[in-house]
Amino acid sequence: MSNALAEENIVSSNPFKEGLKAGIPVAIGYIPIAIAFGLLAKSFFIPEAVILLMSLVIFAGASQFIGINLIIAGVAYWEIIITTFILNLRHFLMTASLSQRLPKWTSNKELALLSFGVTDETFSVSSSQRERVLQPSFVIGINLIAFLAWNVGTWAGVFLAMGLPASIQNSMGIALYAMFIGLLVPSLKESNPIVVIVGIAIVINAVLYWVIPMEFSTGWMIIITTILTATIGVWLFPKEEGEDHE
Amino acid sequence: MSEMILLVLAMGLVTYLPRMLPMVFLKNMKLASPVKRFLEFVPYAVLASLIFPGILYSVENVPSAIIGASTSIVLAFFRFNLVLIVMGGIAGVWITDMIFF
Repeated sequence: MSNALAEENIVSSNPFKEGLKAGIPVAIGYIPIAIAFGLLAKSFFIPEAVILLMSLVIFAGASQFIGINLIIAGVAYWEIIITTFILNLRHFLMTASLSQRLPKWTSNKELALLSFGVTDETFSVSSSQRERVLQPSFVIGINLIAFLAWNVGTWAGVFLAMGLPASIQNSMGIALYAMFIGLLVPSLKESNPIVVIVGIAIVINAVLYWVIPMEFSTGWMIIITTILTATIGVWLFPKEEGEDHE
Repeated sequence: MSEMILLVLAMGLVTYLPRMLPMVFLKNMKLASPVKRFLEFVPYAVLASLIFPGILYSVENVPSAIIGASTSIVLAFFRFNLVLIVMGGIAGVWITDMIFF
C-alpha cells in the first residue's frame, strides 16, 4: 500500500496539537449528545450546578444519562454508585490496553491525567493510531478536546435550553458510530488476523444481543465480547506475523 | 442538593478508578506475552462491539441507519478523512429520512 500513512497519523513535532486535531470527530459527535443530556437533566429539575458538575467530574455519557434516570426514579444513592461502577468497568480493559502503548518515560502524573479522559470514543481514536508508541501529550490532546466539547454541550443544553433541529439531531445519532467505522475499516485492510478478530467480535456481540434471552447492558456486552474475542485471538494468533515490535 | 453533589463526586470516583488503575499499575509491569497479545486485540474487539448491532438503532429508522453506515464504510474503505466519514454517515441518514420517511 503506497498510501500507508493516513494523513492524521503523520508524526509531528507537536503531538498535543495533533491530538486536538485527531479528537475533532469525537468532539463533533459529543456536542449533540451533551446538549441532549443538559436538556433532559434540566427538564427533570435536576439543579443546574449538579448537571454541570456531572459532566465535569464523571465525563461518561452512558453513566450520566443513567444516573439522571436513577435519581429521578428515587433509587438509593449507593445503588446508583454501584451501577455507575459496573457500567464503567469496561474502561478497565481499555486503559489496560492503552497503557502498553505509552512510552516508558511517561510519568504517573501524566498517566493519572490521561486516564481521566478515556472514554469509548477517545480510546478508539487513540488506539487506532498506526504508531505503536503513542505520545502522552497526543492522547491528552484527544481527551481534552472531547472533554471540552462534552462540557460546552452540557452548558448549551442547560442554559440555552435548545437543541439542534429535530431532523438533524436524529441523523446525528449515527455520528459516533460512523466514527467507529472510520477507525475500524482501515485497519481491516492491514492484516488478516484483525479481520478474523472483528468478525468474531461481531458474531459474539450479535449473539449476546439477539440470541441469548437475557438483557445485557452495553457495558457488559463490551466486556464479555472483548474478553472472549481477545482470548480466542490469542489462541488463534499467538505470535505476530513477520516483524517483532518493541 | 449537597447530598446530590456528593453523589456526583462518588460517581466521578467510581468512573475514574477503572480508568486510572490499569494505566498506572500495568504501565511498568512486565506482562507475559499472551497478555500483551490479548491487550493488542482489545481495541478491535471493543470497536466491533461498539458498532454492531448498536448502529442499527442509532437513529429513528433502521433502513436510514443502514444507508448511513454503508456510506461511512465506503468512505472509510477509501481512507477519507475521519470528519468526512462522520459527515457522510450523517448525510446518508438525513437524505434517506427525507426521501422515505
